[in-house]
Amino acid sequence: MSSVDTTTNAGQILAAASGGRRRRGDRIFSNAAVVAAVTILALLAGVAVFLVTEGFPALTASSAELPKGESFLSYVAPLAFGTCLAGVLAMIIAVPLAIAVALFITHIAPARIALTLGFFVDLLAAIPSIIYGLWGIFVLGPAAVPAMKWLEAKLGWIPIFEGPASITGRTMLVVGLVLAVMILPIVSAVAREAFAQTPRKLQEGAQALGATRWETIRTTVLPFGKSSVISGAMLGLGRALGETMAVAIILSVSGGVTFNLIGQANPSTIAANIALNFPESSGLAINLLIATGLVLFVITLATNFIARLIIARSQPQ
Amino acid sequence: MSSSRWLAVFAAALVLVLGLAACGGSDSSSSGSSSESENESGGGAPSAEVSGEIAGAGSTAQEASQKAWIAEFENANGGATVSYDGVGSGGGREKFISNAVAFAGSDTPLSEAEGELGKAIKRCGPGELVEVPDYISPIAIVYNLPGVEELKLEPETLAKIFNQEIENWNDPEIEKENPGVELPETRIVPVNRSDESGTTENFTDYLSKVAPSVWTHEVSGEWPVKGGEAASGTSGVIEAVSAGEGAIGYADASQAGELGKALIKVGSTWAEPSPEAAAKILDLSKEDPELEKGQKNVIAFEIDRKTEASGVYPIILVSSLIGCTKYKSADEAALVKAYFEYAISPEGQALSAEASGAAPLSAELTKKVEAAVGAIE
Repeated sequence: MSSVDTTTNAGQILAAASGGRRRRGDRIFSNAAVVAAVTILALLAGVAVFLVTEGFPALTASSAELPKGESFLSYVAPLAFGTCLAGVLAMIIAVPLAIAVALFITHIAPARIALTLGFFVDLLAAIPSIIYGLWGIFVLGPAAVPAMKWLEAKLGWIPIFEGPASITGRTMLVVGLVLAVMILPIVSAVAREAFAQTPRKLQEGAQALGATRWETIRTTVLPFGKSSVISGAMLGLGRALGETMAVAIILSVSGGVTFNLIGQANPSTIAANIALNFPESSGLAINLLIATGLVLFVITLATNFIARLIIARSQPQ
Repeated sequence: MSSSRWLAVFAAALVLVLGLAACGGSDSSSSGSSSESENESGGGAPSAEVSGEIAGAGSTAQEASQKAWIAEFENANGGATVSYDGVGSGGGREKFISNAVAFAGSDTPLSEAEGELGKAIKRCGPGELVEVPDYISPIAIVYNLPGVEELKLEPETLAKIFNQEIENWNDPEIEKENPGVELPETRIVPVNRSDESGTTENFTDYLSKVAPSVWTHEVSGEWPVKGGEAASGTSGVIEAVSAGEGAIGYADASQAGELGKALIKVGSTWAEPSPEAAAKILDLSKEDPELEKGQKNVIAFEIDRKTEASGVYPIILVSSLIGCTKYKSADEAALVKAYFEYAISPEGQALSAEASGAAPLSAELTKKVEAAVGAIE
């Protein structure tokens, strides 16, 4: 409250000093900022309005009218499942890795190496997703085939490695790995910024109490960066849930709900399913695809909402 | 002061939202209108140059051929600009019906199933609908079995393989048809398209006609059997089959590359997916009155997949050009007509064969198609 007052006062004094010129600048700036903020909301609302109006015919149609002859829910459920499975898998792989990379860069590596490594990690974000997709089918997929055969042979008793292992490597596991690489730079950049801001005093205090480097990180750096890591992870999850091209190219989608990560039959994801089927669709089939897009929109919104809740709860007071 | 400013901001936001919503509803309007002809006196003679601008959209299977036709056609007609957008057959039909393009390319004929045929006829009023085959391509059954140079498959066996009923390559049913061939004990991995496609629709149509007791699925552009290996696009299928030993898939024959192509039993002979064998089947097929709906200039076939004639390959994809006999201006109609005539002409078909491995229309069919295209005014 008081800080607002002082800035207003300072602004008035400055404005008085420069004869109103600065005051106009202030007004333009504040208007521009407000317009920018509202534009974002308007865009989001526009997308939501589009999804609802265009998806509505499919949502209200009976299952007999829909192109697949099944109800909307039974059509979208395996897709939503596949979307979440791919996203969660990518998070499980990427988040620990991203935290480790961020800690290495901020607290362990010598300055020069840290700078170079940070640069290369950021570069990963600049690679277009279709390149990741092609890399997935031409390089990572075939390379993962022996590994997946091994998993089937040795760990086949775990349902996720049940097999039979795919002979082409276009599996959910490979998609999870590719998505993990794609979201790694996002999560690690946010985590890096947060870890670097840990107050020196806290760290020195921990060290003065005899903490080792790991203990210092565990007691000061990690708790301090926790909420940022969560929000970075949510940004990454958003990207993984919505990723289209890489998944559409790599994944061998044969429908159905399965936790088997190394087989040839995988559930599709919502975004990939739209990309694969939109070009040849017409009429109600298009409405159906857009309605699945609405479901993705809701899923993304929900995960973000939950993330905000977690951050708010974990905020040190 | 402050509250009125907020009001203004929200009013602006509201306008923006409504504007966006309005954009979502309306299609981009006609881009198919022909521009003013610079040289009116040139009309009349059939060989006269045409000019103006038309847009088409549709089938991706046709895209390579369309690109080749457009390049040559624009070379010959300096003032003409033709564009073709490979948005997919469904998208092309939709754009044609909504008057967004002058012509469309489609891997399946317009049908009454989704009311598209009626809508297309209405779109062409007061003129008539024109729909003619312009692109015929054999669909090859490609397989990856090192050491197996030649693989013969009966239709029933093929259907069982893709229905995942036969699971190993050394299955007695396959061995019976390939005496003397050393078939490995590898697991069969059938590869299908993960995207909706005309290739899938034609292939499943074939299976349901020749092996109705095995293939009980509905004919559709979307692959009906769950649990197989799926890949997007023709190139994706070829890539997946090449990558996995024991894989078998279906794809445009011209894209098969180094992969083995199975011989399919037709009658008492084994047919290979050659362009000639593919083109021949349309001469043996009857036109489908339901797809033609009494329209004089619509040529749509009920492909005779069950033919027993020798030298014919029944797994083919037939793609069509869709247009109208009348357009908003005579110039536009003349341009569409000239372009269609070029595409179906022997030169156009030869070019298409070169560009995408398509099978040229037979002489008999060319005559029929020419008559239909000739109806454009």
